[in-house]
Amino acid sequence: MNTNVADKTETPSIAIAMEDRKATSANRAKASAEKLDFWYGTNQALKNINLVIPENQVSALIGPSGCGKSTFLRCFNRMHDLQPDTRYSGSIVLHPEQVNLVSKDVDPIEVRMRIGMVFQKPNPFPKSVFENVAYGLRLRGVGNRTELAERVEKALRAAAIWDEVKDRLADSALALSGGQMQRLCIARALATEPEILLFDEPTSALDPIATAKIEELISELRNSVTILIVTHNMQQAARVSDFTAFMYLGELVEVDATSKIFTNPSKKATEDYITGRYG
Amino acid sequence: MGKGAFSSISYRKNRDRAIELVLLACALVAVFTTLAIVFILISESAAFFEHVSIRDFLTDTQWTPLFDDAHFGILPLVSGTLTVTFVALLVAIPLGTIIAIYLSEFATHRVRESVKPVLELLGAVPTVVYGYFALLMVTPFLQQFMPNLPGFNMLSAGLVIGLMIVPYVASVSEDAMRAVPRYMREGSYAMGATKLQTALRVVVPGAFSGIAAAYILGISRAIGETMVVAIAAGMQPTLTFNPTEPAATITAYIVQVSLGDLPHDSIGYQSIFAAGLVLMIMTLVFNLIGFFLTRRFREAY
Amino acid sequence: MAAVMTIEELRRGLSWRKNLDKLFVVVGLLILMSCLGVLALLFLDLVRDGAERFGWDFFTQFPSRKAERAGILSAWVGTSMIMLVTAIVALPVGVAAAIYLEEYAPKNWVTGIIEINVTNLAGVPSIVYGLLALGLFVYKFDLGQSVLAAGLTLALLILPIIIVGTREALRAVPKAIREAAYGLGATRWEVTKDHVLPYSTGGILTGLILGLSRAIGETAPIITIGALSFIAFLPDSPISSEFPFLNFEWLRSEFTAMPIQIFNWVSRPDQAFQQNAAAAAAILLGMTLAMNAIAIWIRYRFRKKINW
Repeated sequence: MNTNVADKTETPSIAIAMEDRKATSANRAKASAEKLDFWYGTNQALKNINLVIPENQVSALIGPSGCGKSTFLRCFNRMHDLQPDTRYSGSIVLHPEQVNLVSKDVDPIEVRMRIGMVFQKPNPFPKSVFENVAYGLRLRGVGNRTELAERVEKALRAAAIWDEVKDRLADSALALSGGQMQRLCIARALATEPEILLFDEPTSALDPIATAKIEELISELRNSVTILIVTHNMQQAARVSDFTAFMYLGELVEVDATSKIFTNPSKKATEDYITGRYG
Repeated sequence: MGKGAFSSISYRKNRDRAIELVLLACALVAVFTTLAIVFILISESAAFFEHVSIRDFLTDTQWTPLFDDAHFGILPLVSGTLTVTFVALLVAIPLGTIIAIYLSEFATHRVRESVKPVLELLGAVPTVVYGYFALLMVTPFLQQFMPNLPGFNMLSAGLVIGLMIVPYVASVSEDAMRAVPRYMREGSYAMGATKLQTALRVVVPGAFSGIAAAYILGISRAIGETMVVAIAAGMQPTLTFNPTEPAATITAYIVQVSLGDLPHDSIGYQSIFAAGLVLMIMTLVFNLIGFFLTRRFREAY
Repeated sequence: MAAVMTIEELRRGLSWRKNLDKLFVVVGLLILMSCLGVLALLFLDLVRDGAERFGWDFFTQFPSRKAERAGILSAWVGTSMIMLVTAIVALPVGVAAAIYLEEYAPKNWVTGIIEINVTNLAGVPSIVYGLLALGLFVYKFDLGQSVLAAGLTLALLILPIIIVGTREALRAVPKAIREAAYGLGATRWEVTKDHVLPYSTGGILTGLILGLSRAIGETAPIITIGALSFIAFLPDSPISSEFPFLNFEWLRSEFTAMPIQIFNWVSRPDQAFQQNAAAAAAILLGMTLAMNAIAIWIRYRFRKKINW
């Protein structure tokens, strides 16, 4: 895959020959990681990552424990900045503006207002369902009650949970089931219309039925937002994503259309992981 | 929403920065308090030491700053403080440790949960009330066995202070013992040891620095105790280590002077700061030892 | 080879050790009960000694040379005023300091120094705070021997208690809540204000009440700054009838407080005055225990309310 970011006036395009119905023949890039390194203290956790995240597609990050996939994910919304002694080098360029998300000159708060995240363990606020979704909007200065109500409903519908909570908007979010809480967290993130939505192992704490609902949701959401998902469950990556990137020990080993990665990977390391030779 | 929202980001960030400075200022109050204490004690003591030589201060056996023939030896006050502390420790260390071992190793969960809040309450009783006990209940009671015991004496005060710090010593020691990991106890039980043997041979040595910290901090509290001694031990500075006599501690002396009416720049006024400085140094030494012991204990587990 | 110990010897040794165990339980329980029992006895004696004095008169009269007519009016009013000042000063400063240390402070030497100081101040004898107040508040800041000086002194004294209590309450809020808020683009203060503080109020309140219950019984610091014990007047009321309806004169007034009054009466050889002391001490003790009980109850209730 070739990307060209030197030319600042055009959005780069990627031409990929795809047989799979899930991917289109030309995808614009929403973000590109270029020569990205990341350190915790003196320990280098990410080494020279170069990866394009196509717009309005689901890209999955897979790999064994400790390969750096969650670390890489959290670079996109600068969550690492909350810990002391962390350092980025290289860039993650957001298109079409060409702004480098990990640059020191870019404010992490601003990044987090444009990039949303759904966490592994559902973490709704101990507030009402309505207030959970409204919080991000209030941060952005939306105070008008009608507008809030409209946007909250829109987000809850987009997260496929509106019908279940429309009569319980004032009830505590903690009274929901695990799967419902996670969809509420998705609604909370969607309410602020993020440009990229990050999922950090979103179903690992949920039962299979809740998992299936969320996988279906993720598939639908790609039409409105670019999605990057980390999962340790390979079958989930195969079900849900258009592109899959395999990481190992902090490096990006291989990235390609999901169908190709899981049927005919180019690198042996990828093949070994997929066939279960190591976990 | 969208790009328009970004203009408020700088406002939010500036507000954050201002708030952080205010919070930092409040946190620095703790530092300023310490500096202020050090400054006040040293500056007033410096004025004191212009009139009194340090040698006299440390070696004279009389403390009579308010008399015409004034003596400024700190030893009587120190002897009073040490004697009372010693009596208090004779009570607090054995009782506190036994209670701690009992609660940590033998008591059921229910007993422990109901006893601990009560112990906490006991630690909250105002010291002036303990002073009342010492003077008007403990002393008459002791006088039944020791008819020659004077109305003011260091024994009653020491015993009551000891009782007063038992909850503290017990609580800190018990926390230390509970922190000893279960696998250490299990090793001992697996060899057929009883609870008492395990407690004495494995848990107590394992929790040793934590328990020592409890004792040291208890000493520091006893040294700094004021009202019990002011009420029950009398205010006569005497160089003695006999608990059955009345004496004044450093703290009681400061109270005595404060009750009177001394002009601001008199030697009597300055003498309480010199005494306070000695008190501060004594408690600081013990607090530091206790702090390092606690840290070493935490690191071990 | 013969065994180290025969089964016989083993059984005998075992029963001996098990008896020791049982003995220790008895001893431990006995000591525990004795300590608690002795204290209960002392408290009951206190109430009994002072029983004659309890009554409306006791609360509404000033101290007097005649023991029977002496009351604690100026003492409990003084205590209340001082507590008001203490709470107003200690709560904001203590909570702010705790928020800084828990949410903002980087792990550098400045933070280390602040934390060492907080720990150290908790161990400083209360009379040293009195000396600080005497030298600094009464003379250098020229606040005089006033309610304000007393309130500030006690506020400094209980500051470590409030800081430690608040920090514990803040720490109890799970990291996941903070992460979710940060993930939505909230700033540090917004996370603290909107999520961490609201869920910590129970713990903070507990810390405040425990701090005040300690302050209410402190005698040494306020004796040093010159609380008098024969105050036959009350400081001016904070509410006045003319604009602006709030009077601050009471802050500069001389004062007395409950523990001081008790101390003064206890020191008199007259048995009648000692009865007064007992009654006042029982009241002070009752107030302290009540405050502690309330704090413990709040802590318990609050822990049940939010289950993460």
